[in-house]
Amino acid sequence: MLYARLIVMRLLKAVVVLFLIVIFNFFLIQMAPGDPAAILAGEAGATDEEFLRQLRERFGLDQPMYVQLWRYVSGIAMLDFGWSYRQGMPVLDLILARLPATLLLTGTAFVLSLALGILAGSMAAARVKKPSGSIIMALALLFYATPLFWVALMAVVLFSVFLGWLPAYGMYTVGAGHTGFALVLDVGKHLILPATTLALFFMAIYTRMTRASMLEASQQDYVKTARAKGLSPRVIQRRHILRNALLPIITLAGLQAGQMVGGAILTETVFAWPGIGRLMFEALQQRDYNLLLGIFFFSAALVIVFNIITDLVYRLADPRIKEGS
Amino acid sequence: MNDNTPVLSIRGLTLALPKGADREFAVEDVSYDVAAGEIMCVVGESGSGKSMAANAVMGLLPKGVRPTAGEVIFDGQDLLSLSEKQHRKLRGLRIGMIFQEPMTALNPLMRVGAQIAEVFEAHGKFNGRERQEKALALLEEVGIPEPDKAIRAYPFQLSGGQRQRVMIAMALALEPELLIADEPTTALDVTTQAQILELIRDLQKRRGMAVMFITHDFGVVAEVATRVCVMRYGQVVELGSADEVLHDPQHEYTRALLEAIPSNVIPESRGAERPAPLLEVRNLHKVFRSRGGLFKPAREVRALDDVSFTLAPGETVGIVGESGSGKSTLGRCVVRLERPDSGTLTLAGTDFSELKGDALRRERHRVQMIFQDPYASLNPRHRVGYAIAQGPMANGVPRKKAMQQAEELLEMVGLGAVAVDRYPHEFSGGQRQRIGIARALALNPELIVADEAVSALDVSIQAQVLELLEELKQKLSLSLLFITHDLRVAAQISDSIIVMQNGRIVEQGTAQEVFLKPREAYTRQLLDAIPGREHEAAMA
Repeated sequence: MLYARLIVMRLLKAVVVLFLIVIFNFFLIQMAPGDPAAILAGEAGATDEEFLRQLRERFGLDQPMYVQLWRYVSGIAMLDFGWSYRQGMPVLDLILARLPATLLLTGTAFVLSLALGILAGSMAAARVKKPSGSIIMALALLFYATPLFWVALMAVVLFSVFLGWLPAYGMYTVGAGHTGFALVLDVGKHLILPATTLALFFMAIYTRMTRASMLEASQQDYVKTARAKGLSPRVIQRRHILRNALLPIITLAGLQAGQMVGGAILTETVFAWPGIGRLMFEALQQRDYNLLLGIFFFSAALVIVFNIITDLVYRLADPRIKEGS
Repeated sequence: MNDNTPVLSIRGLTLALPKGADREFAVEDVSYDVAAGEIMCVVGESGSGKSMAANAVMGLLPKGVRPTAGEVIFDGQDLLSLSEKQHRKLRGLRIGMIFQEPMTALNPLMRVGAQIAEVFEAHGKFNGRERQEKALALLEEVGIPEPDKAIRAYPFQLSGGQRQRVMIAMALALEPELLIADEPTTALDVTTQAQILELIRDLQKRRGMAVMFITHDFGVVAEVATRVCVMRYGQVVELGSADEVLHDPQHEYTRALLEAIPSNVIPESRGAERPAPLLEVRNLHKVFRSRGGLFKPAREVRALDDVSFTLAPGETVGIVGESGSGKSTLGRCVVRLERPDSGTLTLAGTDFSELKGDALRRERHRVQMIFQDPYASLNPRHRVGYAIAQGPMANGVPRKKAMQQAEELLEMVGLGAVAVDRYPHEFSGGQRQRIGIARALALNPELIVADEAVSALDVSIQAQVLELLEELKQKLSLSLLFITHDLRVAAQISDSIIVMQNGRIVEQGTAQEVFLKPREAYTRQLLDAIPGREHEAAMA
């Protein structure tokens, strides 16, 4: 079967790409200024050389670079991402603990922005040159141009402080001890503001792109053919124009999906969402290199996975690709 | 054969163009009838408004074009007074339409069967399975090979002719009383065109439909028309039976159009002296490979297969063939846009096929090309003068001198020196092709390769451009390699003809030999497929 072959091929390539990324990341971190041992020692209040030496020895920082690289790469091959000096936990455990929260947030935002963006875009395309269409586009431009953190803060001010409808931060009510359905409801409530905030920007992009793409598709000859068949405008809009217009959207959606691990730093920080973004931010400040490298790896892996998925979806959507390349 | 009650009756139709168009009306006071069992040909050049009345009948007028007078009577009601919803009920059900471009007229993402079934769905006929069965029967009726496979195919998997058959199947699905065919064969090869014309004639007879056939090609008119309506600048200039209009045209415009058709009458061969050839092509091969993957076999297309010919100084060689015959690849190899796999191309002693890099760049100016699409081949953001001067400037001519030359060249191709400061969009198709010729001449070439250089033009413009080429050739003692799918054009301009099929030369000889005494079956087949041939034979 064609797809199975394709997936195998792409996965093989993905392994090579991941390997190169791991090596590149490793050297990138090596070039960063600052000595993790010195920082650790500084925080412990001890600055004598002997203690530093011990720290370096314990974390293998005194080894030549190629030894460190080899240890790191061979570790990753066995899903061992090393030890976070700061948090005193294996990197993998730290990441896996935070990953669900981030995926919940970014995944919701992804679905939300894609669905609403395409909906708003098709509505704007059908109402071109009408006031309602212009209003949609003006809103899209506004969301596109407004900085994310500002939208987030304003949303908190409006919905949490003034109206008191939604919680301002966190993922669940601390100490409430909800379980089962109550927990789902509680998390859902906490999710609304950050997910919407994160979705707005991409929603604006999808809206603009869907509209432009649909207007272009509506000029095509096959639309005239469809009209000559006597089809209703709604069927033509959905089946002929929208379907053809969605092709470029798929490409963009693939790009957005690839950012699902690392793309929510700002939102997570503002809303105190316990996700990877905040973990990365903290790791960066504390020069927790192993943790940073681990997050990089997961982000890269997700980008590659979504690239493959995008390719497959594109093939499903456009039959012409199969015989092409 | 016609029962005289018109199916469609257009009376005094006037359609206003939006403000700022180049004229006030798209069509003005147009009246004609289309009766059951007849094919009414509406003929005219581009911009004549010949398609506009058809769009009004379908209720598919472009935005901004609106009827201001007259009526379009179909089945006792004025179509112009219908609401969009009422009009929609007629479209596809009682009036079918097929379009010019079968490549783009089908939705690329939908299977052929689904696109046909949609017609039934639009009018609420049958259930899902019946629709598929009907679609299959229709595909069979329009003569698609292996209809059970074609029904599951996507448009890109079909050839141009097959796609046009699918379009016809769609238009005829609900047995409409009126079929509108808007240039349905213009984009097709000559043999495919002949087949599609036959199919339309056939179906029309079998079903007794009224057909409104819009075309710019009088050859096609001669093949299919019962009656003819000639249009110019939005007005009907002549209306009558096919016999009357073709054999005894009353209006001078009709006569001019008929005369402008490149005829099959071959000009006397012009001096058969054979000096040393300017271009010598020997055993040229070119294979295009689609790159295979680890699991996928590579595909090979033999675009050129052992092609050899010579071209004498001052000679015009016409290369004819259908699409996919390799004729364009040959042209591209001669100007070295493409590198042949093997074989030699010798231009007056220089081996052109082996040149690379700087050496190639130095010699490039000796062979220049005129491209098919005058709209796409000029950069819309460059002034015409600059577009022409660019080549010489790249070869070290100072800007001032190059611009001066550009003016002279524009004068020579009949556009006047003032054209240098204008942009391509300000010119018509024929004028742009003149710019293309000036651009090619700017580099003082010895050989010009014209790839379908007049195919996109109206017949009367075609005749003018061909005349210009001939004149320039004499004046500047150029040689010409003229690539075309149109045998009539080739006959008019070429000294010798090369017929290509599947990358091979099938037949070559003087124009006289090839056209009057074709040796190969394929050449005869091509000649027979020329529309309006019998008509011309009768006229001679």
